[in-house]
Amino acid sequence: MKVLVPVKRVIDYNVAIRVKSDKTGVETANVKMSMNPFDEIAVEEAVRLKEKGTATEVIAASLGPAGCVEILRTALAMGADRAVHVPFEGEAEPLGVAKTLRLLVGKEKPDLVILGKQAIDGDNGQTGQMLAALLGWGQATFASKVELAGGSAKVVREVDGGLETVELKCPCIITADLRMNEPRYATLPNIMKAKKKPVETMEAPAADLAPRLKVLKVDEPPTRKAGIKVPDVATLVEKLRVEAKVI
Amino acid sequence: MRALVMIEHDGKAIIPASLSAVTAAARTGAPVDALVMGEAAEAVVASAAQVAGVEKALCASAPHFAGNLAENLAPLVAQVAKNYTHVFAPATTFGRNLLPRAAALLDVAPISDIIAVESADTFRRPIYAGNAIATVQSADAIKLCTVRGTAFEAAATTGGAGAVEKLEATPDAGLSKYAGSEIAKSERPELTAARVVVAGGRGLASADNFKMLEKLADKLGGAVGASRAAVDANYVPNHCQIGQTGKVVAPALYIAVGLSGAIQHVAGMKDSKVIVAINKDPDAPIFQVADYGLVGDLFQAVPELIEKI
Repeated sequence: MKVLVPVKRVIDYNVAIRVKSDKTGVETANVKMSMNPFDEIAVEEAVRLKEKGTATEVIAASLGPAGCVEILRTALAMGADRAVHVPFEGEAEPLGVAKTLRLLVGKEKPDLVILGKQAIDGDNGQTGQMLAALLGWGQATFASKVELAGGSAKVVREVDGGLETVELKCPCIITADLRMNEPRYATLPNIMKAKKKPVETMEAPAADLAPRLKVLKVDEPPTRKAGIKVPDVATLVEKLRVEAKVI
Repeated sequence: MRALVMIEHDGKAIIPASLSAVTAAARTGAPVDALVMGEAAEAVVASAAQVAGVEKALCASAPHFAGNLAENLAPLVAQVAKNYTHVFAPATTFGRNLLPRAAALLDVAPISDIIAVESADTFRRPIYAGNAIATVQSADAIKLCTVRGTAFEAAATTGGAGAVEKLEATPDAGLSKYAGSEIAKSERPELTAARVVVAGGRGLASADNFKMLEKLADKLGGAVGASRAAVDANYVPNHCQIGQTGKVVAPALYIAVGLSGAIQHVAGMKDSKVIVAINKDPDAPIFQVADYGLVGDLFQAVPELIEKI
């Protein structure tokens, strides 16, 4: 079985986000970029499926500027077999990304697509569901456990009140939640090996990627001011009762 | 203009975040209809029709709607959506799973997790875990949005006198099957709708110690939440996690206990009205967002708090 793992290049999760002074977006110049953490989990899951013998080939794909190739190299160092880069400058929206991935799926014919449940930049959480709709495939979002057997996938999903299990026909789409696995670190020998693995390019479908939403401005969120320190529990209770009136 | 709100329910009652979505939909200035889908949606559609501001409650039931499978519900939503300018859903796992699928069927770019309606086509939403707020304008003929429940007041559950209309269910897509769920049963209010939230972090040091927070929550009629660190350490189940990748809460009172206040956690609770922090580390970042901070040993402070409240 062939597994496709789309990965996104985002501002590293440890970087403090700064809104640009002209309010057009957030500062990305000279900022450390990394693979979206949820996509890292998706790569790990795909690689584990290959190690178990369930998957035969793992293909990583990324849409975006030249820097995406570095992210793809990380996926290759984690154990993906080959990669596809779709060069694109500018902001891609999830619908456009899903349409691009539909073309790639048509070309590669994977039996399974695993991707992160959301990217930590736009926090949209849409791409997997939209790709599933465009392909007419089943979808298991917010997945924490995946079992594949006999042409179907049994997936445990993290829903608001607890856990839910769904069974999907393959091919299908799975979006990874935080607790699906703990991604490995790429070892130096594997990083060296990854440099020799093939990275192809696919042309971006420009019309599909034309933005549909207009970002009018990006603001700093309202900040909270630190309040006061209370010396003891009795004072705290008094404050909550008399001043804040919440108990 | 006309707005449709997908009502999430548990087979008996409406999930409160759906009522916030009704409020958000009304802010567009459009008249609002409700859509109730499920295995036996009839049980809930009458309550949906009574929600203040709902003009019409649409209802579609089918055995293959069990478990809210997006593969089976999205075609119905997409079909009904053609009669509307706005389709809103709560930004719960239900709405986040279903709405983007329906949007793709309609070739619409959806807008996730809106926190304000600026006009009929412009919305505000947090990006980068709430470290920035984007104002986004949609040119699509139908606007599909998921709504952050804590950002809008819940519409009143009475006062409406909407008409009920039955819809034909769309067929089983045959792509997926619902195979059951393990939903934690609790007497406490639902985390995102609770007036008081008591949340613990790694400082609690064990699952057993979380019982102390449950006791405090029960005394205040609140819910219990946790930081990612506490969830990863298996002190509490996953669905208790508050933060960027967990739940977003905005209660009247948030009590953070033994919790450092990582930026990802703060993203999920900073809109709470009053924040209390109890931590032994005076430099913990949680104190920067807390209205009342108590530096001290939580194992002394929490029992004392339970006693004095």
